[in-house]
Amino acid sequence: MSDVNERLSSIVNGSDVVLFMKGTPLFPQCGFSNKAVAILDHCGVAFDSVDVLQDMEVRQGIKAFSDWPTIPQLYVKGEFVGGSDIMMEMYEAGELQTLLDEKQVAKSS
Amino acid sequence: MGMAASEIEALIVAALPDATVEMTALVDDNNHWRAHVVSAAFAGKPRVAQHKLVYEALGGRMGGVLHALQLTTAVPS
Repeated sequence: MSDVNERLSSIVNGSDVVLFMKGTPLFPQCGFSNKAVAILDHCGVAFDSVDVLQDMEVRQGIKAFSDWPTIPQLYVKGEFVGGSDIMMEMYEAGELQTLLDEKQVAKSS
Repeated sequence: MGMAASEIEALIVAALPDATVEMTALVDDNNHWRAHVVSAAFAGKPRVAQHKLVYEALGGRMGGVLHALQLTTAVPS
């Protein structure tokens, strides 16, 4: 594994829920990242975010890591879940909440 | 930057010949699209795999020349 993949692996396994996004949860820099944050807020889970705009290596590396072409990207317990469209489809179907419950993810305080 | 709806639709149908593609403009700028793709090729596949089939059809343009494509997928009912 390359260094960047090792870094990414330790990031996605470092917290229950990790969102790679453009900007920060308070100041998203893209509509899709904004939507992803809003969905996680609605689910009431605690999550860590990584601002890919601050780190070119992560920005490029994460796309190869997950074989997924776009940001944002959601990881739960180290597993890639999807981008904002899939998050929205899962949320509307109740599947995202089920996944977060099943994985026993910590709620936000 | 950006792609025409017909161009996006043609690429998807070239890769998934049975697909019906419904394109909607999110913003009237030829750069922010919603696509709803229905194809039997999605049957039995998880959502990530379904979306990857569409991204593969777009041949690397997703995340590049095509920034904003809101995608939903479904199997024919």
